[in-house]
Amino acid sequence: MSSQQEQLPKDAAAAEGKVNVQINGKWYRFPKGTRIADACNSVGIHVPCFCYHPKLSVAGSCRMCLVEQGMPPRLAPGATPTYNDDGYQTIQWMPRAVVACANTVAENMGIRTDGTVCREARRAVLEFLLTNHPLDCPICDQAGECKLQEYTADYGQPSHRFTEAKIKKGKNISIGPRVNLDQERCVLCRRCVRFMKEIVGEEILGVVGRGGHNAIACFPGKTLDSNYSMNVVDICPVGAMTSKDFRFKMRVWFLKSTPTIDTNCGTGTNIFIWSREQQIYRITPRQNDAVNSCWMPDNHRLNYKYINSEKRILTPLVKTDVGAPQRPGAWEPTLRAVSEQLRRCNPKQTAIIVSARLTNEELYLAGNLAQLLGISQLDIVPRSGEPDGMLICADRNPNTTGAKLILDKDGRTLDDIRLGIKNGKIRHLIVIGEDVTAEAAIPESHLSKLDYLLVIDHSETATTRAADVVLPGVTFAEKYGTMVNITGRLQRLNKAIEPLGASRADWDILRSLLQGSGGDMSLLTARAQSPMEILDEIAAQFPAFKGVSWAAVGNSGIPITETGETIPLIEREQTKQ
Amino acid sequence: MSDIIYKPGHEPHPRETRRIFRNIDRVGYTPSIDSFIKDGGYETLKKVIKTEPASIIDEVKKSGLRGRGGAGFPTGVKWTFIPKGNTKPVYLICNCDESEPGTFKDRFIVHQDPHQLLEGMIIACYAVQAHYAIIYMREEFPEAAKIMRTALKEAEQHHFLGKNILGSGYDLRIILHRGAGAYICGEETGLINSIEGVRPYPRIKPPFFPAAIGLYGCPTIVNNVESLCQVRQVLMRGGEAYATDGAQRSPGTRIIGVSGDVKRPGYYEIISGSITYGELLYDLCGGPREGRTFKAIIPGGASAKVMSCTEVLKGRNPDGSVRKMSIFDVPMDLDSIAQHGSMSGSGGVIVMDDSRSMPEMLRNLNRFFAWESCGQCTPCREGNPWMLKLSERICAGKAAPEDVDLLKSVADNICGRTVCAFGEACSWPVQAFTTKFREEFLARTQPINALKPHNPETAEARKFLSRED
Repeated sequence: MSSQQEQLPKDAAAAEGKVNVQINGKWYRFPKGTRIADACNSVGIHVPCFCYHPKLSVAGSCRMCLVEQGMPPRLAPGATPTYNDDGYQTIQWMPRAVVACANTVAENMGIRTDGTVCREARRAVLEFLLTNHPLDCPICDQAGECKLQEYTADYGQPSHRFTEAKIKKGKNISIGPRVNLDQERCVLCRRCVRFMKEIVGEEILGVVGRGGHNAIACFPGKTLDSNYSMNVVDICPVGAMTSKDFRFKMRVWFLKSTPTIDTNCGTGTNIFIWSREQQIYRITPRQNDAVNSCWMPDNHRLNYKYINSEKRILTPLVKTDVGAPQRPGAWEPTLRAVSEQLRRCNPKQTAIIVSARLTNEELYLAGNLAQLLGISQLDIVPRSGEPDGMLICADRNPNTTGAKLILDKDGRTLDDIRLGIKNGKIRHLIVIGEDVTAEAAIPESHLSKLDYLLVIDHSETATTRAADVVLPGVTFAEKYGTMVNITGRLQRLNKAIEPLGASRADWDILRSLLQGSGGDMSLLTARAQSPMEILDEIAAQFPAFKGVSWAAVGNSGIPITETGETIPLIEREQTKQ
Repeated sequence: MSDIIYKPGHEPHPRETRRIFRNIDRVGYTPSIDSFIKDGGYETLKKVIKTEPASIIDEVKKSGLRGRGGAGFPTGVKWTFIPKGNTKPVYLICNCDESEPGTFKDRFIVHQDPHQLLEGMIIACYAVQAHYAIIYMREEFPEAAKIMRTALKEAEQHHFLGKNILGSGYDLRIILHRGAGAYICGEETGLINSIEGVRPYPRIKPPFFPAAIGLYGCPTIVNNVESLCQVRQVLMRGGEAYATDGAQRSPGTRIIGVSGDVKRPGYYEIISGSITYGELLYDLCGGPREGRTFKAIIPGGASAKVMSCTEVLKGRNPDGSVRKMSIFDVPMDLDSIAQHGSMSGSGGVIVMDDSRSMPEMLRNLNRFFAWESCGQCTPCREGNPWMLKLSERICAGKAAPEDVDLLKSVADNICGRTVCAFGEACSWPVQAFTTKFREEFLARTQPINALKPHNPETAEARKFLSRED
């Protein structure tokens, strides 16, 4: 036998900085210091947890993750360990279960989740949790995504032995402007307390009362009004913390979740859009440790109402004459008329204002359109605000980096366009996805001086009202595409709902205009029928996008460029580790 | 010591050995430093502060001294858990949160002989090189707090505390921290959290000892009041001499607090293992009250498992053969009673005679534990109110026989599944009472009760189950 074969598994594992762990009879290798819960979950053996959250400190208090653990027997002084044929020591099982969240794996450790010890421990904990629980699942918002419900179904018992009077606690307590608390449903995992303390850094929530009367509450004189307060709703494993916005709106099992990204600022927080049919009901953060960890700000989360609002423009609008009101028009004749008009415009007197809220694909098409028409005056509308030192960055456009990479524009020539419109040098204007009256400080009186104003936007604004033609685009929830966040990470937008009414995705409109006004499709191959294919075009043309494809971007994105920008919350999380 | 005169009624029994309690209830002895110095106080400190700290730890390890807070962990070994090459400050905390029902030894020390504790504490601090120490005193000792404050001031004036103690170059500050009245603050990590100003939820294990990560994340030694006084005794007598006293694996004297149905309840300081429970109750305490017989003994504070006086225990003769014995034949040291499924704990012996109802006794204990549970972890938080409600129902005669088994089953589900030892503390009494006095519990139940709703909610809900119309 070679020395390689003689090597014991423990030495082989140690060489990689790992340890051998037996889980339910099978041997695995994990890096040293891995928590038992994480180790089990990583190999598909589910360990139920209430209080354990990978981003928060370990509380170890719910006792749901109890597992049976064993180690090799302690050797008598001077004795040498004996190994079986596979090179492992025998495991001596401990009579008591240990918590999988607070304990880490060790060499030759055994874990059993399928034995009586573990099964009984889980059953007992669930029975305890339900003793004083109100059992109001039929009217609870969490039903369907409740850990207590799931675990009871998986590991609990069908009937209850508790027949005494339940302990009464506070219900429907408004603990903040956006969050309600039901203390009776609470399992006291204290995830919310730890989140506010450790992630937000504000001690707002705490536990009051003794023993069975323990309850979550705000500290005196404080309310849960942080802009990150709704994250406690997400991490609450039960229906104790509920979102005032989402309460009683929809049963969660009817909702479809679409992984996409938030477009309220340059961070590009990863999110799920929860929709049913054509209606969006809520937005929740989606874990991405390079972008937003598990969190998102409340104001971004709640900024979805405009998608299903009455202000949406659902058909093309055309002003048939000067001073005439806008009338609904059909798509094809309107597109033909617009294309014809664009061809007639003097490119020196024409400008395009695009939004950095558009996807890379749309910016690319807008760039192509400008090139085709010979328009050189094109820019984005910069948008900035106070960064919050967490996830909201100063750049309130989601795709400034993309605009810089694809159009080489960052809003610096917007002043020239504004001036050109004011002094009449610019006679024709194309606005895509912006309300220039509000965001680019171009007053309506200046817009009315233009000969021709084409606006592509999803909702009615002062700019669309001034337009000669309005082509109804869509919001970020209704289209596919990619964006590059402030750190240079390319991320995907996924379509959660179909474009409302007769509106069309902005890339689709731009593609039609490009086809209609140019005729020369060499700039855009006939292949580019979808945002995915347009991305391939971009990948072929721009060095930063080299090798990028829709599939390669995936749901978690890929870094494509260095910007030097960082996300403070992620920085903190990484230094903590 | 024939020159020591005790107050009438507090004279030691001939089988007692008063060392820690030497000055308790002594005529003419006050808590002042003068009394203590006149009695030879602080002499040990003067002696050991000239030696190496490591030698003190060695001496304590040699003595085999085991902690007197209840768990009986070797004190010297605990001290060595401070990580090697530690650069953080080391804290020493004196656990004076004596809250175990039936235990009342520390209160005498802090009320009547505070300097004895201070001297032991200073020695211990010097041994582990702590420059900041805290006496965590329970809220229910307001007088002792005043006495201790005065004592700390006196010790400082005599240069036993403060900068450059007795010219040794060693600095130590001791502060007094008052609890707010919670049993769980006696759990060392709960106590540490209480000092830190957060909820006194016991900390998750591992780390198993705060000696690694304790107060403010620094190595922290938590010792009981009596343990620290024993440290002084160890250094006074020498480790080896101390180790020869009493039971081999738990040497030294023990202070036993006897409460309940005996003729002379109170404190007794004995050489560990020198007497049996029978001798304690019949000789030292004078036996049962007139016309009564002993029924049950809780040998080590409320959380220890109750022992029935009629249960037959298996003892081992020196030749290895098995003999039958009762609780009265068990010697009073830490290990003997543990072999019979209970524990000697903090030395609080609670005695019940035949006039006592066991279900009522258990209900009282359950009420204590349900009130004192911190509520951090699920089994204890939810299990204790459940056990209380069950035992209340049994006492009220509204329970069915199966409720007794349910009560034990709830205790079984708590035991061993909690963050701290409170889970055992609250479930052991239930397990022991319901097993050893099962008949007495069953006698209070009626099978028909299983069919009767016994909470207002069920009664209300039943209206909807049977419709008359």
